[in-house]
Amino acid sequence: MNTPILEMKNITKEFPGVKALNNVSFQVAEGEIHGLVGENGAGKSTLMKVLSGVYPHGEYAGDIVFGGRVQNFRGINDSEKAGIAIIYQELALVPEMTVYENIFLGHEIKSGFLIDWNETIKRAGEMLKRVKLNINLAEKVKNLGVGKRQLVEIAKALSKDVKLLILDEPTAALNEDDSENLLDLLRDLKKHGVTSVLISHKLKEVIEIADSVTVLRDGQTICTLDAEKEEVSENVLIKHMVGREINNIYPKRENRQLGEIVLSVENWSAYDPALGKNILKNINFHVKKGEIVGFAGLMGSGRTELALSIFGNPDGYNISGEISMLGSKKRFNHPQDAIRAGLAYVTEDRKGDGLILIQDVRQNITLANLKEIANRGVINDNSEVKVANEYRVSLNIKTPTVEQKVSNLSGGNQQKVSLGKWLFVKPSLLILDEPTRGIDVGAKYEIYTIMTRLVEQGMSIIMISSELPEILGMSDRVYVVSAGKIAGELAIQEATQEKIMHLATNY
Amino acid sequence: MSFLQNARKLLQQNIREYGMYIALLVIMAIFTITTDGIFISSRNIVNLVNQTGYIAVLAVGMTLVIVIRHIDLSVGFLGGFLGAVAAIAMVQWHLPVYVAIPLTLVLGILAGIITAFLVAQMKIPAFVATLAGWLIYRGAILVVTESTGTIIIPDKTFNAIGNGFIPDFANIGILPGVHKLTLIIGLIGIALLIIGEINSRRKKQAYNFEVLPMEMFVIKLVFISALIGGITWLLAGYQGLSWTAVVVLIVVLIYNFITTQTVLGRHIYAVGGNPEAAQLSGINVKKITYIVFGSMGMLSALAGILFASRLQSATTTAGSLWELDAIAAAFIGGVSPAGGIGKVTGSIIGALVMLSLTSGMNLMGIGISYQYMARGAVLAAAVIFDVATRNRAH
Repeated sequence: MNTPILEMKNITKEFPGVKALNNVSFQVAEGEIHGLVGENGAGKSTLMKVLSGVYPHGEYAGDIVFGGRVQNFRGINDSEKAGIAIIYQELALVPEMTVYENIFLGHEIKSGFLIDWNETIKRAGEMLKRVKLNINLAEKVKNLGVGKRQLVEIAKALSKDVKLLILDEPTAALNEDDSENLLDLLRDLKKHGVTSVLISHKLKEVIEIADSVTVLRDGQTICTLDAEKEEVSENVLIKHMVGREINNIYPKRENRQLGEIVLSVENWSAYDPALGKNILKNINFHVKKGEIVGFAGLMGSGRTELALSIFGNPDGYNISGEISMLGSKKRFNHPQDAIRAGLAYVTEDRKGDGLILIQDVRQNITLANLKEIANRGVINDNSEVKVANEYRVSLNIKTPTVEQKVSNLSGGNQQKVSLGKWLFVKPSLLILDEPTRGIDVGAKYEIYTIMTRLVEQGMSIIMISSELPEILGMSDRVYVVSAGKIAGELAIQEATQEKIMHLATNY
Repeated sequence: MSFLQNARKLLQQNIREYGMYIALLVIMAIFTITTDGIFISSRNIVNLVNQTGYIAVLAVGMTLVIVIRHIDLSVGFLGGFLGAVAAIAMVQWHLPVYVAIPLTLVLGILAGIITAFLVAQMKIPAFVATLAGWLIYRGAILVVTESTGTIIIPDKTFNAIGNGFIPDFANIGILPGVHKLTLIIGLIGIALLIIGEINSRRKKQAYNFEVLPMEMFVIKLVFISALIGGITWLLAGYQGLSWTAVVVLIVVLIYNFITTQTVLGRHIYAVGGNPEAAQLSGINVKKITYIVFGSMGMLSALAGILFASRLQSATTTAGSLWELDAIAAAFIGGVSPAGGIGKVTGSIIGALVMLSLTSGMNLMGIGISYQYMARGAVLAAAVIFDVATRNRAH
């Protein structure tokens, strides 16, 4: 190993009741790309928060040596000054500002007391060249897609003379092309001497790009593998991450028997007045009882909008077309109508519009079906706790009690709470939007097992997913959505990654 | 764990909630010392409770408004205006008090619904919509009192709300000079509280939830009982429970029940905690907005009635700065400006803190200029304390 640029020694960080990091050591060599993997809750994010000063010096035990000096960061400002930049899953750009304003936000180029806009624009242009992004500098960030925003964020980090770039799940929200683009960029930056740490659940990516990989499990360092000397494969990593080997992560289904058509949607079109354009065009599809129907497609192809427009249309699109459930026509003017008719929608963004983070597990699970545990509008505490505990056990939600705030749970457990909330409305058709985004292999397997159990019991599932292996592994039938249209329907036997991608990119 | 460790742990975990009560006690203790005991006299406490009435009622409504991430600046002058309407209804339209009061409350609800329409339907920020209301109702008070100036209210029943006391049993010889019905109400209150707490503790234990250690639980009960008992004794020593106190108690009990026990309450906190998630969970966010602003309008009307009744007249200046006192009370009481968090009971304590400061400083003869500064400092301190303890709890 080259000289380390970063050494974190014996880091221990405790929260009330939990040891999030237990004597963790983490070394990154200068000029390498270092993968950091581990299940959700393994401590990756906490470790990065310690490194960046979000948890200031004194709130953790252990030493951080960066660039040869022991560092006592007291905030993000300190770590940024030292040359560490972290790019989080939730991007930190100001949507209403332009690209160049965002790049130099917080370290504006000044002449005297004033901002030197000419120099700013020139330098911003140079930064965009370095990240190979060819867009109008004066574009507002809100008009950019997720992939481009990510690159702007990296450009921003580069503008601060970053020495160590840390990316937390950078490709979670990106499609294959954008992901590939980003990985190329990391390789390119490496040539220019920028060291990167890549935190990702997408093990293929990590294996493809990383020079060495550190695995965390339960707040401890399990191992650091050197890609040149040791075998780094998915199986090896998964084994270290979960402490067991998962041979087939898609569970076998017992009786794959499909019943009558539960939901059928015909000539479905939607116009979004906010965007001023048609977002869904003449969509037709159906779902049978006991079936898992996969909806594949690129980001922005209209899958989430399709789900929302069916699920009571909360965003107020102008809609035409027909929904029938079990043969009878339905109109849903509000999510409440859809829920009553037996639909449930587990959102893509569990923190944004799925869960109420400041409330506890119990309150979140019962929220969509309070009438079930209430008598004349008065909530029965006993029934509520009972219900919450049932889902805690059956979904294996890891929490000390159901009175724990959801914000304190890991991503995978939050997703299970979200799932529990929608199972409690006892739907006949469950819509899952990116059900395993940003969660670890172990929790993924659990979610797949739950899905299998549900369809075996006769529920139907629509699964929107950008992960093709998941679409292929779980679905009975696949619709490919592209530019607001159904580009194709594939029986699972004939579906391949190539066919799906071909349809998805075929406008 | 030892007793002291338990006590410390309990205090650390609940510092935010207990902090308010401790602050109120400290403020009361300081004023009791600086005024040679006048502050804690029965007469002053009764006055304090009666003066807190209209702000407390507004603070209860404001709690819910802030919980759903809005604000209502119009409540002060709306209250003042509706107080004047109640007076006019009785004096000029010769309506009986039993009609005038419900009419005023309904008008208050209507005013709240108009605000909700602007906020929920037209998507106007509540700050702007209610600032417009503030100006309009300010003008409306002046219009209705223009010809007559202050409207004197002759109705005895109406005026009793702000000045009268609940009746007592005929003198039966025991405890002369003490208001016996007040004492009995206080004792019943303590008994219900103890039974409720014991039941809830049993339930929690049945689910293996964390409960207070036994000795802490007993201390808590003794403390709260002593507090209620003490206040009851003070009130009973003067003329007993005032009608204002009864009104406030009923409002607090109803709103506390709604917010903690009902589906409606849960929906309100869900909308405040995450409006998008609430919407997708089948909650009608607009409906909740209408209900919360409607309730705020009704409570504004009630505050106006309490105030007019206390002064036995409707004045041109009624309502000024009430909204700010109510908002301050809510924040002192631990309502989160980010929405989704806040208790009705906390806001009542907040209102008591604000009014104790005014009352105590008045008794000490401190000038109004310094009073404003002191109240501002306490508000800032309360919110700083709240934010600091909230961050640590994460």
